[in-house]
Amino acid sequence: MYRYDDFDRQLVLERTEQFREQVERRLSGDITEEQFRPLRLMNGVYLQLHAYMLRVAVPYGTLRADQLRQLGYIARRYDKGYGHFTTRQNIQYNWPKLDEIPDALLDLAKVEMHAIQTSGNCIRNTTTDQYAGAAADEIEDPRPYCELIRQWSTFHPEFTYLPRKFKVAVTGSANDRAAVKVHDIGLRMHHNDAGEVGFEVIVGGGLGRTPFVGKTVRDFIGKNDLFSYLEAILRVYNRFGRRDNKYKARFKILVHEIGIEEVQRLVEEEWNLIKDGSLRVDDAEIAHYIEQFAPPAFETLTDDDAEFERRKAENREFANWVRSNVIAHKQPGYAIANVSLKPIGGIPGDATDTQMELVADLSDQYSFGDVRVTHEQNLVLPHVKKADLFSLWAELKNANLATANLGYVSDIICCPGLDYCALATARSIPLSQRISERFSDLDRQHDIGELKIKISGCINACGHHHVGHIGILGLDKRGKEFYQITLGGDASENAEIGKIAGAGFSEAEVVDAIESLVTKYLGIRETGERFIDTYRRVGMDPFKEVLYGDR
Amino acid sequence: MSLQVVTANRLDDGLVVFLTADGGWSENIDQARVADGKEAGNALLAEASVPELDIIIVGPYLIEVEQQDGGLVPTKYREILRTKGPSVRQDLGYQAG
Amino acid sequence: MAIVKNDSVIDQEWITVDIEGDLPAGEENIIVPLARFKEERETLIGRNGGLGVQLNSGDAPEDLADDLDRLSIITVNFPAYTDGRGYSYARVLRERFGFKGELRAIGDVLRDQILYMHRCGFDAYELKNDDDVSLTKVRAALKEMTVYYQPTGDGRATAASLREQRRAAIKTAS
Repeated sequence: MYRYDDFDRQLVLERTEQFREQVERRLSGDITEEQFRPLRLMNGVYLQLHAYMLRVAVPYGTLRADQLRQLGYIARRYDKGYGHFTTRQNIQYNWPKLDEIPDALLDLAKVEMHAIQTSGNCIRNTTTDQYAGAAADEIEDPRPYCELIRQWSTFHPEFTYLPRKFKVAVTGSANDRAAVKVHDIGLRMHHNDAGEVGFEVIVGGGLGRTPFVGKTVRDFIGKNDLFSYLEAILRVYNRFGRRDNKYKARFKILVHEIGIEEVQRLVEEEWNLIKDGSLRVDDAEIAHYIEQFAPPAFETLTDDDAEFERRKAENREFANWVRSNVIAHKQPGYAIANVSLKPIGGIPGDATDTQMELVADLSDQYSFGDVRVTHEQNLVLPHVKKADLFSLWAELKNANLATANLGYVSDIICCPGLDYCALATARSIPLSQRISERFSDLDRQHDIGELKIKISGCINACGHHHVGHIGILGLDKRGKEFYQITLGGDASENAEIGKIAGAGFSEAEVVDAIESLVTKYLGIRETGERFIDTYRRVGMDPFKEVLYGDR
Repeated sequence: MSLQVVTANRLDDGLVVFLTADGGWSENIDQARVADGKEAGNALLAEASVPELDIIIVGPYLIEVEQQDGGLVPTKYREILRTKGPSVRQDLGYQAG
Repeated sequence: MAIVKNDSVIDQEWITVDIEGDLPAGEENIIVPLARFKEERETLIGRNGGLGVQLNSGDAPEDLADDLDRLSIITVNFPAYTDGRGYSYARVLRERFGFKGELRAIGDVLRDQILYMHRCGFDAYELKNDDDVSLTKVRAALKEMTVYYQPTGDGRATAASLREQRRAAIKTAS
């Protein structure tokens, strides 16, 4: 995993001091709230419904054990004993005090972490496949490129006051687990005709109030040219993105309004002027970063482990967990273990200080001290020996972290909603809890199979409802919370924006509505079909009928 | 017409506060100064929006309230949540007592 | 109002004229908006006295490419500090076209953006504070950070280049 050198360390410390001084200037009245706001936002500090909120970056979703342990400590020391993992692979604290945040940032800096650019109209934390470096299906580990993007984008002097926020996601696998098509820039690693590894560059995707699936601006950019190409895209956006209307300022709107061909013309023209400049990264430098993400010291094992098979045969609960939460690893004898932060009836993505510390310890014990955060708000121990899975599971289970529901109906993506968020129009967490409870029977969940429910508490779509197989959007209708259902969304390589099924439901009605959709699917699915497959085959009408009848 | 109070977040710790009768800020909505009607509400908000308060509170605004059981309760569910705390964590926020 | 350049407060030696109206009759140094420069280029070039151009958000710095050696100063107006277009204009002028004259940030120029402006090629800053405060702010801003990841035209060494030097030194030593 990447370790800071003295340059990285110095930069984060200087930033921490800079923010400490900015906070002092704010508290003493030297700068106004209006002047302070973008400064605090660029250090991840929001003012939410009840208190400040601090969003800490987890670059490309990768954590070391000592970092996760420190996140647990910060939850206890500066917050109320818990944190919330987000759809951008970050963690949020809900109750920090402004005058203590500089100390919290200093404690983060001690473990090579920060909250830089987790908000504001700048380039945000780069996200990627949570199984990077472990997945059996990946071409290359995308994280060396993510780290280079992190450095390129950190305090980029030209791109700190963009028209709006800007998000980059990278996948190293054809099976896109990073939702790259719904980001401002999505990078999909693939081979060109010459067999070289590079990236397809997809631009203008995004959710929010105007959702779009991104479009390809360039089919292949070589690794050495990636950074000048990103700079060209950002310069085009900075110069030509709309600034007259906050709601039309995202890159996706520019792409939509002037068209992908014109964006491509502008980007290529700009890139041709800078591609041979100092942003060209040579193979030797890339090699230094690849080295930093070298695989851990795996043992040479056979892929099957007799003890593991015996445990599965004897313990149905364990076998179920393996079936849903354990994923194939590229190294024989190893597996990827997903740690569910979606206990039945729990708050999606929340983890207590002691849970964080436990997972940190378990990662030291079983996974080379490597932990991942997923955009679906779970944690991952990426490199676990199959022989260790049973012991790991038993310890996770004791801490309520072994719910066997990955990808199932109760593995819900959910934004904080109106329980915490100042922008929300309705609560989202209680709804996810009720749905999770309704489908609490794990056998039933396994029978239903993969079904991605995503809930947002407002049209900003932090809960990715547009790309949920079933999406739920919470709105305010004449002073009451109500919920709109969308169907057929997909965040994968087959990305689609879901369609609104019809009129919204009250909180009391919406759980029944979800259940009736599931019942309909079970009645009409063909062998091997997931919910989304059935929806694609039969379309909206049969589902609409169970929701609304003749209405 | 309607009863209103001014709410904001306190600058240093970010917690929800209400403008009181003596011009201070309280965590308890029942101590809030109540304005009756639009004109009185606007006057109250103007008082809370002076630049000198920029180092005490952030983002003052008016909310509508009702008298209930001798206390003040906001009329909008958003503001009810704000005066109590997260509905999904009743152990936290002002509701925790 | 104060203009800070090269670690000191300098005098305002330029008159900024509007998009329309009479030009000063004498040999005053004038700064004209880009739109006017494009309209009245011949007249302006033929005039005695220094010439500068003001870029506003939405302008194309490319329009000045052929005239840069005629201009002593270009001012870039930040209508609000949140409008970051001027950063791109500055880099294009300095790094693409090699503009050597004064590049002055005007408008909503605040302390916390000055380092970014400097990194993009600005060398003068017009602040709304008095002389001493302005100078103190610019000095503080310029030394807030010492590590830079991005290669820009300001010539500061990037972390990547310093790492490379270090690796080369280790190689030579061994």
